[in-house]
Amino acid sequence: MKPLLELICPAGSLPALKAAVDHGADGVYLGLKDNTNARNFSGLNFDARTLAEGIRYAHAKGAKVLMALNTYPQPATLARWHAAVDTAATSGVDAIILADPGLMAYARKTHPNLRLHLSVQGSATSYEAVNFYRERFGIQRAVLPRVLSLAQVENVVQHTDVEIELFGFGGLCVMVEGRCLLSSYACGDSPNTFGACSPGHAVRWEQTPKGMETRLNGVLIDRYADNEKAGYPTLCKGRFEVQGETYYALEEPTSLNSMELLPEMARLGIAAIKIEGRQRSPAYAAQVTKVWRAAIDAVKRSAETFKPNPAWMAELNKVSEGSMHTLGAYYRPWK
Amino acid sequence: MQLPAFPAPLARLVTRLPTWPTSWAFAAACNLAAWPTLKDLDWEVVRGRRFRVVVKDMGLGLFFSVTPKGFRAERNGLADVTFTATAQDFARLALRLEDPDTLFFNRRLLIEGDTDLGLMVKNMLDAVELETLTGNMPGPMGQALNRLRRLALAQQPV
Repeated sequence: MKPLLELICPAGSLPALKAAVDHGADGVYLGLKDNTNARNFSGLNFDARTLAEGIRYAHAKGAKVLMALNTYPQPATLARWHAAVDTAATSGVDAIILADPGLMAYARKTHPNLRLHLSVQGSATSYEAVNFYRERFGIQRAVLPRVLSLAQVENVVQHTDVEIELFGFGGLCVMVEGRCLLSSYACGDSPNTFGACSPGHAVRWEQTPKGMETRLNGVLIDRYADNEKAGYPTLCKGRFEVQGETYYALEEPTSLNSMELLPEMARLGIAAIKIEGRQRSPAYAAQVTKVWRAAIDAVKRSAETFKPNPAWMAELNKVSEGSMHTLGAYYRPWK
Repeated sequence: MQLPAFPAPLARLVTRLPTWPTSWAFAAACNLAAWPTLKDLDWEVVRGRRFRVVVKDMGLGLFFSVTPKGFRAERNGLADVTFTATAQDFARLALRLEDPDTLFFNRRLLIEGDTDLGLMVKNMLDAVELETLTGNMPGPMGQALNRLRRLALAQQPV
């Protein structure tokens, strides 16, 4: 039987993994300490010891461990990505989350029993694309990009056997997922190759008399007045001068929160809900997992009467980037 | 449970304290309470780097580095990275009651200087298990902190 609304939570460290599992995650996703995953930040992620302990801990409590290997291998360092797939297979993770077709081919051939998920970075937005990855590489689940309306998601679900995973909560970006090179323009690194946009080495914050300034490789991308909420230091969330006016020219810092759509997602048979935020702390993993566990349980008890509890929403708003939330593309009448 | 804010009259007093003795006392306290656990981390990556912690409501600046033997107070010079927040928020971070990105979004935490170094240390400390840290603390200190944390968690609305 296909799973329904599994709660998949982020783990940037062993304590975050344990916090997510302890607060009711059905699965956690994690990455190794290098650029084989798209949250390659200093000091974050798992080595051999913490990976083994994380898998042991999660499995003992009935939770799955998914490993993100969702960057695009480069010719000179392909062996690193192959080694990461081998590590995943031998360590006993429940699935790997891939974006690169070459890596899928390697995983399929070398570890035929290893379960493959298509990463959001793979940017498959149609059932044709999802089914292509199924036919060629045997992927069993696809994480859909955050650009589709629920009606479009439904169209995908109705035309594929692949389990569909949707983002439920977390930071939003411009959502050119797996294709975004914006970060490269300022600092030479982008998620697909380096494993992060706006890596720490390129970011500088400084409190000045005019406000807190954010610079990316020396380029001023935003300046916050004392009472303004701040966002992540990415180009897409910067404020720029356009024809004499300074404003968010690409997008405003904000978070996705699709909780009110859970009954509809249950009806569509969405296999899993993903929570963004591997870069965040164990405290975040605990707070967000707890709230989403309660919400998903409530939907499974009675989808018809489900209403997001205001206290849950307040808790999620508190940890949100920009301290506000949106339904993103899920809720829009146009296609 | 809301951890109490630092009282303003006391802050005015603390502001007048010279940096070196307070940094020394801070380093000594960290060595006593946390070094038995933190010594196992890979501090080689921050060797020779200097940290400043500014507790803004106390008017307190702590200046230190981390050596293979523990925390060491620094006297002069510039910090590589500076963390600024209130005493209450630093306490909530230390007790894993608050997420640093949340505080950053809400302008309650400022990181200036070498961001990557700040991120590295933040993530290294996040990877330490709180139970191990408090379990290795001398005397009743660890138990007291665990109790404080449980009380604070019990007061959360969700």
